[in-house]
Amino acid sequence: MTTDFLATVPAFLAQITPDAVPVPHDLELPLPIPEWALKLWIVPLFLLHIFFVNLMVGGALMTFVNEIIGLRFPRYDRLARCIGETVTVNKSLAVVLGIGPLLVINLLYTVHWYSANALTGHAWVLLIPLIITVFLLAYLHKYTWETWTGPRKGRHLLVGGAVAALFLFIPLIFLVQVNTMLFPDKWSQVKGFFTALQIGNVFPRYFHFVAASLALMGLFLSFWFGRKGFPIEKKLPEFTRAELRRHFYKWTFWVTCAQFAFGPLVFFTLPMQGITAQVLLWIFGAATLGIVVLGLLWREIHETDERIGHRFWPIAALFSLVVLGMGQGRHFYREAALAPHKAAIERKTAEFRSIELGTRMRIRTGMGAGDALTAAPSGKKLFAQTCAACHAVEKPTAAPSLVEIHTLYADNPAGIVTWAKAPGKKRPQYGQMPPFAHLGEDNLSLIAAYMLDVGAKAAAPAEAAKP
Amino acid sequence: MDFPIFHLDLLGNRMLIAITAIIHVLINHPLAVGAYPLITLLEWWGLRKGEPAWDKLAYRIVFIVFIITTTVGALTGVGIWLTTSLVAPFAIGSLLRVFFWGWFVEWLVFISEVGLIMAYYLTWKRFATPRLKRLHVAIGATLSAFSWITMALIVAILGFMMNSGAWTQDKSLWSAMFNPLYLPQLAFRTPYSMFTAGLFVWFCIFFVTKRDDPIRPRAIRLVAIWTLAWLPFVVLGAFWYWRSVPASMQANANVALLTQAFSQWHGMFIKIIGWTVAAVAVIALIGAVRPRALPRYVLLVPFVLAIWLLGHFERVREFIRKPYVIADYMYANGVRVAALPVYQRDGILPYATYSAVKQATPANALVAGHEVFMLTCSRCHTTAGMNNVITKLEHIYGREPWDQDALVGFIQGMHLTRTYMPPFPGNEAEASALATYLKSLQRPAPAASTAPAPAAVAAAR
Repeated sequence: MTTDFLATVPAFLAQITPDAVPVPHDLELPLPIPEWALKLWIVPLFLLHIFFVNLMVGGALMTFVNEIIGLRFPRYDRLARCIGETVTVNKSLAVVLGIGPLLVINLLYTVHWYSANALTGHAWVLLIPLIITVFLLAYLHKYTWETWTGPRKGRHLLVGGAVAALFLFIPLIFLVQVNTMLFPDKWSQVKGFFTALQIGNVFPRYFHFVAASLALMGLFLSFWFGRKGFPIEKKLPEFTRAELRRHFYKWTFWVTCAQFAFGPLVFFTLPMQGITAQVLLWIFGAATLGIVVLGLLWREIHETDERIGHRFWPIAALFSLVVLGMGQGRHFYREAALAPHKAAIERKTAEFRSIELGTRMRIRTGMGAGDALTAAPSGKKLFAQTCAACHAVEKPTAAPSLVEIHTLYADNPAGIVTWAKAPGKKRPQYGQMPPFAHLGEDNLSLIAAYMLDVGAKAAAPAEAAKP
Repeated sequence: MDFPIFHLDLLGNRMLIAITAIIHVLINHPLAVGAYPLITLLEWWGLRKGEPAWDKLAYRIVFIVFIITTTVGALTGVGIWLTTSLVAPFAIGSLLRVFFWGWFVEWLVFISEVGLIMAYYLTWKRFATPRLKRLHVAIGATLSAFSWITMALIVAILGFMMNSGAWTQDKSLWSAMFNPLYLPQLAFRTPYSMFTAGLFVWFCIFFVTKRDDPIRPRAIRLVAIWTLAWLPFVVLGAFWYWRSVPASMQANANVALLTQAFSQWHGMFIKIIGWTVAAVAVIALIGAVRPRALPRYVLLVPFVLAIWLLGHFERVREFIRKPYVIADYMYANGVRVAALPVYQRDGILPYATYSAVKQATPANALVAGHEVFMLTCSRCHTTAGMNNVITKLEHIYGREPWDQDALVGFIQGMHLTRTYMPPFPGNEAEASALATYLKSLQRPAPAASTAPAPAAVAAAR
């Protein structure tokens, strides 16, 4: 099976031609830390971030669902409130812990990341306003729980629903980024967010992510409400610790079972180009561990009230390993999928660097890097570059003509230089002339001589034509 | 050249970053950096005097600051990064490579800051015993320190963009951090944050206390004294910064001369400082002596002045760094200074990954011109919206049909007349294609000017 996948890689390599796949140059500055160090850090840092994202998204969904259930069974309303209180804390941690992986991904996949940003630019711009909105709504939801009751409960539910809906949508924008950056061969087809949804396997990954959020939140809540420090008698008197533990264990168990459907769906919809033996090993290894986690969860659910919870830490540890394995497998997929493209970028970057160095060398040694760069300055050229935009020969346009200047300065080229270094303003119909001291006396003198020369020639026939 | 181009032709790409950045800085300075120390002071004062009223007041204000800083404040900070990634990936990507360790440390400090903000707010009610209360005040003080450090680290990057100092030679992080404009800028921003926090908290006091609450005048007096105390440092910091800028500009080889626009803005800065400090001094003095005398809307005056001051400060800062995005290393359009000769010789199109054409010819002038515009102008200019090139050219050449040769000459030499513009990074054919494209966008002259001028009509009679 492995060899079949590997056999597809050279076929993809053959597709990397300048026409099919855009191959940009990389930035000039070297990476500030070795590439292997970035590769080592990207998965753990990202998982730390996504852990709190999962709790935030899963928490918002579970708050909303429990609040609705609470309409009929009031104790679930109080449960929803306790879940909601964790969301606003987890969201802040999700944001700050997102900076680290963002830093690493900016460095490690510079070209791919920014390209994906630009290709889905409008969605990318919307991110910040959307996140600010959902955070403010989450606070509103949290701090109006006691006041928006009775006839106002509908309004409160509406806010909770909006929070859940926004938290469901926002990750899709990020997912589209990390998906788009993987497939440079599809970039030319991407015309914004919606077309980017169609490349790779965005939706299977998205469902995989939402399910992971719910499973993780279940596990987290079985700990959060089950721990000794939680004042359950005060906050949730209608529940017992064991009951809540079991409730959320069950939740985690069934969602994780569903992941055994979503997981393969993600895997088999992945474009082949990054699938290697290493990727298979990590992903299937992690999936096998996942079965062990399910077994432990099953035993916890059927444990007595007194003993339930004593397997929590082994479950949490194994669950982390599953996630780490999946994340690492995912990383190896990305590396393999991008390897040919990264190599092509490196070649092209090196090529440009040698062109650049060669050009600079030729300029320095005066070997003719092109006329524009090496030719000695002439009054004509300097005039064309700095003055001609405003000063025409005969017709006054944005400034006095050369003919007029000639009548004023015919015997006084130094006067032009003095004026140009710090111009005043004589004529109301023209704008203020900018100063040109930065050109230097020599260049200004060249220009002055040229101006008077042209001015004299243009003035001469006009004079001659006069009766 | 190397990234697909995201372009907003109405709002302008710079404006997208500017809006995000100005919202961020208007929350970061007065609230995150300035308000937490002031609130901690109120809390400590209450603890020292043994008066719970101070504590209650501080708690109400911290709620407002907590909500704003952890939503709009934090997210617009990330937003500057995200919008810059979109508009100027070459710049943010390069800055990240220079400042990686600075950024990394800043991240650790930011994690601590947000953790401390949540700890400070969420444990306020729970830490009720005197011992825990002292601990709580200590959390507030630590939080204040961390908020300041995050700002102090980021300001280094802003200074670096204006004047890269010794970095261009030694390429070390240390030289980049302690660029010539770093400390003066920090010396201005720190007291600015503190005194605007005074104004903000003062304003909040009106909303969280009742008119006859005896704590109100006492709190106003304390906050007014705080505001007043920082003013001399605002003046000193601003003066140091104001003095450092021209020196730093003169060191900048390409902008040997201060442009008139700059001198004007530079002079304006001192005037706005004067007005703001005077207004704040008068109001804070009245507040300190007769706290009940001032109604809340009077505070809007120094508040608006302070926002204007900061807006002007940031605008001049952005202006000063031109034509570069990283001084002496990279122009605002992403062209590296060292690579410029290559583009001027071969053209930029052969090296542009996403360009539809690889060479400008008379036959493809419009397409090539559009590509050149997107590559070399569009980071700052639009064709129809903010800072649009068409209006700029109309200022120079009027509304009569523009002359192709004049435009080509202007494009190739504009960096000499307008020192804030980068040199045109393309060859002759591309300059010509760009001129053709720009001419195609010229708006038809108004009917009055296409008709013969009255003088000409009179002469014809």
